[in-house]
Amino acid sequence: MNDAIQSFDLKSIRAQFPILGEKIRGKDLVFLDSAASAQKPRAVIDAMVHAMERQYANIHRGLHWMSERTTEAYEMARDASARLLNANDRSEIVFVRNSTEAVNLLAHSYGRSIMKPGQAVLISGMEHHSNIVPWQMLRDSHGIELRVAPITDPGELDMAGTEALLADGKVGLVAITHMSNVLGTYTPAERLAALAHQYGAKIFFDGSQAVVHRRVDVQALGADFYCFTGHKLYGPTGIGVLWGRRELLDAMPPFLGGGDMISSVSYERSTWADVPHKFEAGTPAIIEGIGLNAAIEFIESIGYPAIAAHEAALTDHALAKMSAIEGITVIGRAQDRGGVISFTLDRAHAHDVATLLDRQGIAVRAGQHCAEPLMRRFGLDSTARASFGIYTTHEEIDALADTLGRIREFFA
Amino acid sequence: MFEDVRDLYNAAILERGRRPRHMGKLEAFDTTAKGDNPMCGDRVTVWLKFAPDGTIGQTGFDARGCEISKASADLMVEAVQGRAPADTKAMFERFRTMAQSGECPSCAEFEPLKPLAAVHAYPSRVKCATLPWHALVAALDGAANATSES
Repeated sequence: MNDAIQSFDLKSIRAQFPILGEKIRGKDLVFLDSAASAQKPRAVIDAMVHAMERQYANIHRGLHWMSERTTEAYEMARDASARLLNANDRSEIVFVRNSTEAVNLLAHSYGRSIMKPGQAVLISGMEHHSNIVPWQMLRDSHGIELRVAPITDPGELDMAGTEALLADGKVGLVAITHMSNVLGTYTPAERLAALAHQYGAKIFFDGSQAVVHRRVDVQALGADFYCFTGHKLYGPTGIGVLWGRRELLDAMPPFLGGGDMISSVSYERSTWADVPHKFEAGTPAIIEGIGLNAAIEFIESIGYPAIAAHEAALTDHALAKMSAIEGITVIGRAQDRGGVISFTLDRAHAHDVATLLDRQGIAVRAGQHCAEPLMRRFGLDSTARASFGIYTTHEEIDALADTLGRIREFFA
Repeated sequence: MFEDVRDLYNAAILERGRRPRHMGKLEAFDTTAKGDNPMCGDRVTVWLKFAPDGTIGQTGFDARGCEISKASADLMVEAVQGRAPADTKAMFERFRTMAQSGECPSCAEFEPLKPLAAVHAYPSRVKCATLPWHALVAALDGAANATSES
């Protein structure tokens, strides 16, 4: 056992999540739906409550003590996000509502100004709808071609197929997940960035899942843009981050117009504030920003080596357990994968599986996981999905596996 | 384990969900519609053939989804047999009330559908039970598509 695992005290981590003490119909909550949204530690809850009770005003504009202190607290989230991603500068951190808004910002601003009709955006066959639909809208409004990189049966990116789609040099932007929310697959980010740049494209990673589970260094990856959302990272809903290289953000026009994003306004013309405020129109999610800062500090207090080691052990255990159950098929067998496991059971539909698990206090997701094209790729209508977090235990996975076996008997 | 779900996953539902009696496309039909729940992936297609008097003469369906949606579709086919379109739509309203509340407004005619009443205790599954009815009503109204996700 290495140092990382030894320093990981699961019991004390779980004690920091008040909701894990809840009972569901008299049974312990087994929360295996963290990929949809993670639970919140005490530090995040307290930081948000403290802000509302003791230190709150609108930010960036008040000339009074409360506004100044609140601005400081909110802007700490920008520093924390810059540390989290190893951004070159805090001004490269643009706050958005969530990953979906980050992709839409990019499609609107970069897609409609920097990209030119006739160019292409390359996504992959394992994207969340949020990294498909904004690009379709760009295609339809702006004459940008949309290309889809193929994936293999084990659920990995087909690198030869990806390179073939880049070869004609028309792709201006590669927009791809860093970790699939269905298959658990990590995409080879460094190789992809190098490949994109070799063919003259910029690259954006949807890090909604990845940043929860492993250290992301946008400079080491060679990324041009990267996004994540707060609520999957043990933080609040309503706040996320789009990171971009400064010179790219500088060249991009604003997304939304309004207060906070201007330098000066007259009826004839307005000029824009500098990055990042150019992209942050209106009063932002102040309380949520303060919560995001607390969430990132929480992650830092544990450290990615320990988080990654814990989740790798959980994933190995879960795959072994589930493979041993007759009738269970795990979708996706990528070499480099994390704690998101989609599966089907031969005798029961995913919804029925989820309902019966729920009756035992076990929360999983069932459905298409906002990834309908990926479901079709595997010839499926829906799967059940168990996803793990920092607080997930081996015993919870055993409970899942045991209950799945009994569900199969129930539908015999 | 699972004794507490027998209210919904009762013998009638399991039997109908797994061995539906009326599943299949009609060779000849007057109207058809698709019910689609994109968030969960369920899809039910309904085909209708009217009798000479304008009542529902024959119903077929194809369902891709859970036990509840398939059982509901199969029971629905029998419940609407011989009913006029307006009467069928009124029945859907009463069925929806039952699915949401567990109460059946006119219990005698609902006897065959009562195995689904327990779905009210599973709020996220009510839409599974109502999807085939949404498709049926869409077919009666001449609409191509319907959803129960709203």
